[in-house]
Amino acid sequence: MMITYFAWAAMITGICALVMVGRLVAGPTIPDRIVALDSINTMVVALMILLSLVYDSVVMVDVAIVYAALSFVGTMFIARHLEGGV
Amino acid sequence: MEKVALIFLSIGVVFNFLGTVALYRFPDVYTRLHGTTKCTTFGSIFTSAAVVVFSLDMYFRTGEGRFTTLTVHVIIAILALLISNATGAHAIARAAHRSGVLPKYAVVDRLAEDHRKKGGVSA
Repeated sequence: MMITYFAWAAMITGICALVMVGRLVAGPTIPDRIVALDSINTMVVALMILLSLVYDSVVMVDVAIVYAALSFVGTMFIARHLEGGV
Repeated sequence: MEKVALIFLSIGVVFNFLGTVALYRFPDVYTRLHGTTKCTTFGSIFTSAAVVVFSLDMYFRTGEGRFTTLTVHVIIAILALLISNATGAHAIARAAHRSGVLPKYAVVDRLAEDHRKKGGVSA
């Protein structure tokens, strides 16, 4: 019963992450695209945590933790590259 | 307990949706960053808090050990999300300013003037 609500929330979160791809494609400047990418990563982490409850597997949360750390590294790297450091 | 989890889930989903709207409706990078990062961080924390509340409730009801594992791991994921989102947004804003992207309705750029006056890194 309650799991159904979590599945609906996961679906809405996934649709929001898909809609954000539009800004990733059509962003006028490069920082716009980085903002969209960062938001998509956050939404995917939230989606993984919700789906771990829906599909009843704890492993997905561990994947979400590693995904958050890797997306953080990616964002920092692109930001450094943009300001001319790397 | 179920109602608390449902309220947390609703708040989180609404804020995630508002973050998506903010990404499309705002005019330039800085306002988009402001709206989107805050809304998606807040919403993701609340959906994860709903998972925490629900799995704690299931643990107290059934007594199975895997629900405590789920709770602890989700809390670790929330902490990672908190730290990495705030730092990443700061780095994006700094990189955007240094790469010469200005706000849309900007007239003056006090930060660049300040940097120039101090003789430090120019924007």
